This record gives sequence, structure tokens and C-alpha cells, in this order.
Amino acid sequence: MKYIKQFLIILAISFIGELIKFYLPFPISGSIYGMVLLFILLVTGFIKIEQIDDTAKFLLDIMPILFIPSAVGIITKLHELQEIWWQIIIITVVTTIIVMTVSGLVTQTIIRKKNRLKNQPGG
Amino acid sequence: MDMFTETVCWGLLISVGSYILCDYIQRKKHFIFFNPLLFSTIFSILFLIIFKIDYEDYYNKSDYLYYLLSPATVCLAVPLYEQINVLKKNIQAVCWGIISGVLASMGSILVFSIMFGFSHTMYVTLLPKSITAAIAMGVSEEMGGISSLTVPIVIMTGITGHMVSEKVCKIFKITDPIAKGIAIGSASHAMGTTKAIEMGEVEGAMSSLSIAVAGIITVICSFVFVHFY
Repeated sequence: MKYIKQFLIILAISFIGELIKFYLPFPISGSIYGMVLLFILLVTGFIKIEQIDDTAKFLLDIMPILFIPSAVGIITKLHELQEIWWQIIIITVVTTIIVMTVSGLVTQTIIRKKNRLKNQPGG
Repeated sequence: MDMFTETVCWGLLISVGSYILCDYIQRKKHFIFFNPLLFSTIFSILFLIIFKIDYEDYYNKSDYLYYLLSPATVCLAVPLYEQINVLKKNIQAVCWGIISGVLASMGSILVFSIMFGFSHTMYVTLLPKSITAAIAMGVSEEMGGISSLTVPIVIMTGITGHMVSEKVCKIFKITDPIAKGIAIGSASHAMGTTKAIEMGEVEGAMSSLSIAVAGIITVICSFVFVHFY
């Protein structure tokens, strides 16, 4: 029963997220609204982490395989990508590396700068 | 083939089986092309082609996995909540990291679109490629792109992020766990985040945060970027 109860809470929040998406005009997905909602409920203490912890950890653990059916769906789009597939692959790989490097280095630089300021005597 | 239309479990069995097999190979041989997500996708595609099974048929047998995706994404709030103190302490670095990631993503797509001489439609189809599929579809549609084409590109981005994240962090000396998480989440949404969760608690939490924040910032920035090309 433990897992079922926890799953109920998570499903309810997912559903509320989808309802928010239904009523608001923004192109934000219901799962993102649900994620923000769950975060707020946890921070404000309306939901205790123990009430969802086990099922949440299970769902996060199996998350990679949840993408596979959609990823296989690429085969239905192959004909549309036929002429530009190599450009698409270059763009996908190169931009992913650029974004990762830029955001990682910016974050790291700011953190290190702050730590250095904090560690300075009298700083 | 009757064997596959009359039974149900094979879709899931192939997906999970090839995932585990490849994960095992990758642990033995550290070769990034043996990425479980990439490998199980290719393996499933080959399986469908070899046995001449319609994608529709396969999808109908494994779409219950897809129904779990939304609740699983909601659960990303859990690792974030557990690391809330890390977030509070580094809020400035985290915000600037994600913003710079979004700008780098859109800027580099702009440059590539000009370089390859893409149409405006193709440019806006690519524009939201670094963010989570559901939001990316919405952005693409809103801006006049082909949303059904945005989805496979988003997925390719996610698989790339899942594959290269460890190498990229190593090469560019991104060693701070917060920076790693932000980098992976901003570049490759929830699919990359599954890798960040494997790396560590802080990485996973920061990557989860980046999915939501980068998604929202991309929605806002796309209204500006759509006019550039």
C-alpha cells in the first residue's frame, strides 16, 4: 500500500499540473507546472518528503527508459529529415556541447569568484 | 507477424533489455557510443525494421511508459527539494548559468541556420531544441515552426547530452557539481538529467532545476530571437 499511496499523491499533482496547462495560455507543459507545484508543496510543508519519497525515487530511476518509445518515433520522421539529416546532426551535437560548456563554465566561474571573496581575510 | 501483434510485453522487453545490456557494456568499455539511451533506441528501431513491425503497433504496446513520463518529471522536484540549501547559497551563479546556456543555445542555432541557409521555418523549428519536448513543441508551434519535427530533434539533443556530458565536463574542466548539473540540464533537458542523477545528488538536483528554468526562459527569449532571422 505504501507505494500506491505515494503514487496517488504524485498522480494528483501531475493532474493538477495538466489542469493548470489547460487553463493557462502559455506554451509550458503540465509536467513543469506539476514539478513547480510539488516543489512549492514540499517547501511549504504541505507534503512531507517521506510521503512520496520511495515512489518518486523509483520513477526517477526508471526515467531513462520512459523516453525510448518516443525516441523510436524518430523512424516516422526519417523521410522529413532525409535531405538535411547531416546538418541536423552537426547542429545537434555542436550546439549541445557549446551550451553545456558555456553554462557550466559561467556557473563555475561565479561560484569560485564568490568563494574566493568569502575566503579573503577581512573580505 | 502474429507473434508480435498478439503479444504485449515485447516492446518493453526490447527497450529495457537493450538498455541494461548496453549499460553493462559501457561499464566495461568506456566508449561513449555505447550509450544505453542511444543503443536501445537504435536496437528497437532495427528490431521494428527487421521484423517489419509498424511503429504504431509498437507504440500502442509501449505507450504506458509514456504515461509515466509526466509523473516522473514532476518527481524531479524531489532531488531539488533535498538540495534546497545548495540552491539558496548559489542562486546567483545558478541563474546566470542557465540564462547564459539559453542564450548560447539560441545564438548558436541562429549562427548555424545562417551558415546552412535554412528557411525561417526550419530556424524556429530548431530554436527550442535544448528544452524539454512538451515545451519545445509549444514554442515551435507558436513561432511558426514544424512542431512534429521539433520533437525528434529535441530527443536527439537529449541523447547527445546523455552521451557527451561526462566527456565535456572533463575536457572543459567543469568539476563543480553545481556547474555540472546546470550545464547538463540547460543543454539536454530531462534526458540529460537522467545522467546527472547518476553522477550525484547535487548534479541531479541542479539539472532538474535547469529543465524548468531553461524551459521558461526559452519561451520568453524565443519571442525576441524569432525576429533575428
